Amino acid sequence: MAKKHLTLVMMDAPFENARTVSGLRLIDAALRRGHDVTVFAYEGAVALTFAKQAPHANAVHGRDAAQEDHPLPKDWIAALMATAAQNGGQLEWINCGLCVDERGVGEAIPGAKRGSPADLWKAAEASDNTLVIGTR
Amino acid sequence: MKTLQIVTSAYRCNIEEQDDPVVWISQAMKAAGAELHLLLGGGAVNYAVRGQDASGLLFGGKAQTQPPRIEEDLRRLLDKGAEVYVVQDDAAARGLERADLLEGVKGLSRAELPRFFGRFERIWRW
Repeated sequence: MAKKHLTLVMMDAPFENARTVSGLRLIDAALRRGHDVTVFAYEGAVALTFAKQAPHANAVHGRDAAQEDHPLPKDWIAALMATAAQNGGQLEWINCGLCVDERGVGEAIPGAKRGSPADLWKAAEASDNTLVIGTR
Repeated sequence: MKTLQIVTSAYRCNIEEQDDPVVWISQAMKAAGAELHLLLGGGAVNYAVRGQDASGLLFGGKAQTQPPRIEEDLRRLLDKGAEVYVVQDDAAARGLERADLLEGVKGLSRAELPRFFGRFERIWRW
């Protein structure tokens, strides 16, 4: 299969909506097949790569923090970047810079970079297809 | 690549952002050379209504001095060459008539949408 370049726009904040997990599933499937993916994180989605996300214990589940092993979007995205590298592809993660500033989530994991709507347009123009996962 | 932006979720975070994020990003991408147009459906048809006024918000002693001005944002998009459409059925369902809408905004019936979508190479539904 010829290598493709896909662009996704994600917009939901972490821990809010199943659309985020669905988007990450699509990215995972593409990266496992060696395709290149660009993500433009807009609005609340810029917090997906926030480095200070922290796991917690869950008394309702009766588990301490280690047992709970709480999944953090930043770790999933780091894992997706590693998956891309292992499969000869690339996951480019661009956070809308203004959205980052207004939310104070400038400390992002390595590999996540700051950008603007112009970067989204350039990525979409260079891609085979683009999917917008807007919030509701 | 000719792109259609579809907005159906209206007034989602406009007070905090002082605009609609999709209308905003459309303006920003237009400035970067994008060829894009806008279709307002559902509650977002109200974005095209003349004379909206979201001013006056005050929490404690903190006033919002720059409320969203969606009408002006749409006008700027039109001035930059973007076409702005509303789904007429959605406008009518909300009691809006042609005279209520901004000059330059075009109407489309729901039945016209499939053929209309065929004019675009890319459709982004936000």
